[in-house]
Amino acid sequence: MAAQTQGSVLAPAPAGGPVAVPGGAGPVGRLSGPLARLRRAARTPPGRLRTAAAVLVALTLLFGVTAAWQSADRAAAARQLASRSEPLSQDAAELYRSLADADATAAAGFLMASAEPPEVHAQYQADLDTAARLIPQAAARSGSSAEAQRLLAELGRQLPRYAGLVESARAINREGLPLGGAYLRYASAYLQEEVLPNAQRLADAEAAALDGDYDAAAAVPWAALVLGVLLLGALGRYQVVLFRRTNRVFNPGLLTASAAVLTALVWTAAGTVAAGTGLHGARTQGIAPLRDLNRVRVEALRAHTAEVLDLVSRGATKKFEGEWQALAGTLADPAGGAGSVAGLLAAPPDRARQQLADARHWFEVWQQRHATAGQLGAGSAKDAYEQALGATLTPGRDDTARAAFDAAGQQWEQAARAEQAAFEAAAGGIDGALGVQAAAAGLLAALAVGGTVRGLGRRLAEYR
Amino acid sequence: MRGARIGTLFAVGALLAGLLGTGGSAAGAGGPLGGTAGGTAGGGRGEALVHLAAGAPENAPENSPENAPGNAVANAVEADGCDTGASLPPKEQVGSRIRAIRERGYLVVGIDQSAYNWGYRDSQTGRIEGFDIDLAHAVAGSVLGDPDKVRLKAVATADRVALLQAPDRPVDMIARAMTITCDRLKQIAFSAPYFNVSQRVVAPKSAHAGTVDQALRGKDVCVAENSSSAAALDQDRHGARKVLTPENQLDCLVLMELGEAQATLSDSSLAYAMVAQDQTMQLVDGSFLPTYMGVGMNKQDTDLVAWVNQVLADWRNSGGWQASYDKWLRPTMGDPGPYRPW
Repeated sequence: MAAQTQGSVLAPAPAGGPVAVPGGAGPVGRLSGPLARLRRAARTPPGRLRTAAAVLVALTLLFGVTAAWQSADRAAAARQLASRSEPLSQDAAELYRSLADADATAAAGFLMASAEPPEVHAQYQADLDTAARLIPQAAARSGSSAEAQRLLAELGRQLPRYAGLVESARAINREGLPLGGAYLRYASAYLQEEVLPNAQRLADAEAAALDGDYDAAAAVPWAALVLGVLLLGALGRYQVVLFRRTNRVFNPGLLTASAAVLTALVWTAAGTVAAGTGLHGARTQGIAPLRDLNRVRVEALRAHTAEVLDLVSRGATKKFEGEWQALAGTLADPAGGAGSVAGLLAAPPDRARQQLADARHWFEVWQQRHATAGQLGAGSAKDAYEQALGATLTPGRDDTARAAFDAAGQQWEQAARAEQAAFEAAAGGIDGALGVQAAAAGLLAALAVGGTVRGLGRRLAEYR
Repeated sequence: MRGARIGTLFAVGALLAGLLGTGGSAAGAGGPLGGTAGGTAGGGRGEALVHLAAGAPENAPENSPENAPGNAVANAVEADGCDTGASLPPKEQVGSRIRAIRERGYLVVGIDQSAYNWGYRDSQTGRIEGFDIDLAHAVAGSVLGDPDKVRLKAVATADRVALLQAPDRPVDMIARAMTITCDRLKQIAFSAPYFNVSQRVVAPKSAHAGTVDQALRGKDVCVAENSSSAAALDQDRHGARKVLTPENQLDCLVLMELGEAQATLSDSSLAYAMVAQDQTMQLVDGSFLPTYMGVGMNKQDTDLVAWVNQVLADWRNSGGWQASYDKWLRPTMGDPGPYRPW
């Protein structure tokens, strides 16, 4: 708005000058003081030139500052996106996954009893280590919101308590006492009801921060673009006025200024388009597929936990069977709805296509094996429970439901790595390009100021 | 249909006998049981109801002197006129329920997997074992000729009655340290008693509680949801500040160890199971509400009830009860005298 007003003031002033001066001289001439002197001075030809120079320089400076500031702002957002909010968001998702996996693994180890192979406990330990590493790492990344810091502090307090409960359960289980199972139930309930909700809130908060940074980085710098166009118009218009008044075709200074502003304008527009394309790629190849994949992985993990806890409960409750049904229903949706395995393959990023297809295969194997285990459990054999347990998880056997779940999980993990790499490739460098663009806008604006001052200085010198 | 009619007959008979039979009327240990234990011969043949158990549970079990096997004493008749010691006479006769079980090929028994020494999963072997599990195997052996033809299904304390009442019979019977109460007798059938129980309080030794009231007053007390202990605490809170009701009595031990509860009210059987798993806990002196433990079944399955009673009689007479007691319970509960319901 300010630019427009200035532009319209600027344009008619030289054109209407000769008419306005005699008519307006009377009343204004009667005033005294510095303001009146200024007005009188502005009405003289060199005064008009000075005014025009001042307005053009001010407009150029405004454009330069706005373009540089808006580009730098987007560069900072792009840097935040690539170096902080996206990794933080992934870390939060990974934290949730490692905690949920620890729960499922601890329950599986309990079912395996003394046959639990060292790898199962090692996996549980690795899950806890991952969580213990991610919590301070996320807290140390600068710029986390106060809410995220609070959640991280809470998680940092809860994790040792959970680990202590599981260790109590393990120690008691080694004595063969059922109290160990009760401890494990307590630990699992604690994780499900108090720890995981915090991890979920953290993941949600980080995902929202990621969206915020993305929107900030991809925003079109309208103010700079509009100012640039107006400035170009003003420069052009004033050159026409000067041409009419002086019959000199070119004013080299103003021409330089126009070229500089045009360059800055095109650079800003092109840079915005380029950054937008890059960010769009980062979203479609990285952020969005990772988010879908995270959701599927968490659902699969929760379904596996329900599968294991159902065996732990030995039919004491229908709760876990119901949870399995709900989660498996979403995951196996053939139409590819939100949160479904098929949905991940609807438009997969090229780099992750193969892994996602393999994961889908293993997911289907897992579902079949779960159904088989369920049939064994409901069958008429007197050791039906043992058969169902064996078909679900047996250490060292690779034809169990858990083995297929693990295989699918590994493929998903590789797909996530590929998508992460795709994100980094697409988002990397955007902040640098935008930074250069900001600096260029500043320098070109300075050049334009110099050109304007020089061009109008020449005209002014003619009045001396 | 026929089974249902017989069931009604028996139910009426049980009611009558419950009302009338207060004076040690039916020492069923005599006739139909074969009486190797030499029970008092009773004139119970004509009755629809037999008292296998008469272990004077009104007294605290520990204090009752006369607990010789086969000693039929007074029945437990509760205030509202129900006889928790009464059940159908033992009989091995194939009815519709037995036939259905044999057709299926295995017996489904609702059990606990966390009652140490009663029905629990050995966390090292992964197997379900215990006193109640021995009984489940004995019933399977008798009905199906193979003690292993049994499917053990964990059931939550709170779900027991509903599972037994379900028309599709998700379980044939429940052997899960289940207390016979008048409330439950209105909804389901029980076998003859096979154990004497009462209410006991478990508390950390560090609480130095000398009496039940001392242990409970002003404390956060834990009881399993829908358990007889929960009902007992409902009637008399003993000054408890707060009552916690997890799904399982063993959860109470976890809560006490973590300091979230300071005392637990439980059947004596499970109270001993808790103390056996944590040496820092103790049974507080004093027991109340003595009653029996029985196998729960559907009211219509009269053939199964009678059959289980026969198994119980045989189990007792063959020394099976004693052997199982010695194996699972003697190390923590000591002399079996107070717990024999006969």
